[in-house]
Amino acid sequence: MKIAFDVAAARLEQHLGLTPTVAGALVTLDVPVDRWHAAARIAHDAIGCLYFSWLSAIDWKEQGFEVVCRVENLESRVALMLRTKLGAGNVHCPTLTDVWKGADWMERECYDMFGVVFDGHPDLRRILLGQDWPAGHPLRKDFVDADYSPYR
Amino acid sequence: MADSESRKVIELGYGGNERLVMNMGPQHPSAHGVFRAILTLEGETVVAVDAVIGYLHRCHEKLGEMLTYVQYPTIASKTDYVAAMTAELAYVTAVEKVASFEVPKRAQYLRVIVAELQRIASHCLWLGTWCLDMGGALGGGATVFLYCIRERELILDLFESLTGARLLYGFHQVGGTRYDIPPGWAQTCRETIALIEQRLDEYEAMLEDNAFFLVRTQGVGVISATLAQEVGVSGPLARGSGIDFDLRRAEPYSSYQDFDFKVPVETAGDCYARYRVRMVEFRESIKIVRQALDGLPEGPISSRPGVKSVGQVRVPKGEGYARVEGARGEIGFYIVADGGPKPYRMKVRGASFSNLAILPHIIPGCKVADVVAIMGSVDPVFGEVDR
Repeated sequence: MKIAFDVAAARLEQHLGLTPTVAGALVTLDVPVDRWHAAARIAHDAIGCLYFSWLSAIDWKEQGFEVVCRVENLESRVALMLRTKLGAGNVHCPTLTDVWKGADWMERECYDMFGVVFDGHPDLRRILLGQDWPAGHPLRKDFVDADYSPYR
Repeated sequence: MADSESRKVIELGYGGNERLVMNMGPQHPSAHGVFRAILTLEGETVVAVDAVIGYLHRCHEKLGEMLTYVQYPTIASKTDYVAAMTAELAYVTAVEKVASFEVPKRAQYLRVIVAELQRIASHCLWLGTWCLDMGGALGGGATVFLYCIRERELILDLFESLTGARLLYGFHQVGGTRYDIPPGWAQTCRETIALIEQRLDEYEAMLEDNAFFLVRTQGVGVISATLAQEVGVSGPLARGSGIDFDLRRAEPYSSYQDFDFKVPVETAGDCYARYRVRMVEFRESIKIVRQALDGLPEGPISSRPGVKSVGQVRVPKGEGYARVEGARGEIGFYIVADGGPKPYRMKVRGASFSNLAILPHIIPGCKVADVVAIMGSVDPVFGEVDR
């Protein structure tokens, strides 16, 4: 599906009532967590962002986690960065696996590294760390590896 | 290990309809690394696959947050150790994007030269190991492997005389490159790529005239264009499925807009299409290296002062995602900077991770022997999958 930047931004605004920021080839949209899945659906169906680049999270310490997802419409080179703040203390986020198949492993990685629980994910278990990994989620800012000593 | 669907169905019997769970890996020679596939079989047909990865996990993203912008490029090369030059390039490109650092033209051309040589070396290793996987059907499978390794050595020799290292280079640094080419290097480089170009014809003759090779690759492991995009595969896999997507042309970085090259696209989506794409890429990379050597501008190789302390590169507050076309596809780094000498958050988007995620979608329905051919055609590097 061919689509121009301004049309893409306008459609997001029309369907979601949220104003995206457009910088160069990148459209960034901050979404409240309860509209996360709806925004993904619109990105996929109405903007034609079929290509799933990656999904990850950022730990903003006391402000909680932010989940970031980058998808793209390859035909018209529109890249869309979706971001949602889960809020302090909240680790639950709706899954996108029913929109993009690539979200499966990326969400598992995010769960593994941050402990973000993707509600509705069909197979949410650790992917990179062992299933018997005892010590929490390593990319959280409060995770400190006591044995880490780079300079000997 | 939690139970998953594929592991629940263990029914032993002799009636001809029984299912068998077969463990392939983690030390399987065709896995090109440590990868475990739990295959559920009905006779010779695979009905489900559970991919287990993570054996090589080193938590690069945490390392990226702990190490400074000066220190990390040498670690970035360890994400994709078969194509270390492009992995490093992706990281420094991301830092330069967030910090708005200029890169001198000569450094950009040097980056293109090493990135394309790296692509040739990486594809050599892929072709050799893939043909080795498919074994005796190719007239003594080790033949192609040894030929390809022979050619890859020539490129590693070039890298050795350039950087002193053969596998993990530390060639790129934020703002430019660390080394300039030594005297006589360009001439050796031209001779090497001329030799490799000539030998590519030999490989093609060996493989494409071989009926066994065609039977084992054509129509095997078909990825549709829609599936490829939704899973997020990139690089030769996507182009083999009819997606005209190459970052060197779509979002030129490092002066790729100066060079004339074709982006091969095949529509069949099978192993053979991916093989064809990579064979054309060999020749296009050789073309780009020649053009870059011809047009190599004079000037400085770095816009930044030499490294005196690990904390000397500071990136202003901001975030950005930059990516390059590696040998396996889109390698990207997402960096959130907080003004200090280290990133606040760094995400590595490894091409092999997303490429490998295609396996559970295409393997069910294949024969066991095809799993090996499909795995090889995906060309995963587990340093990049597990990071």
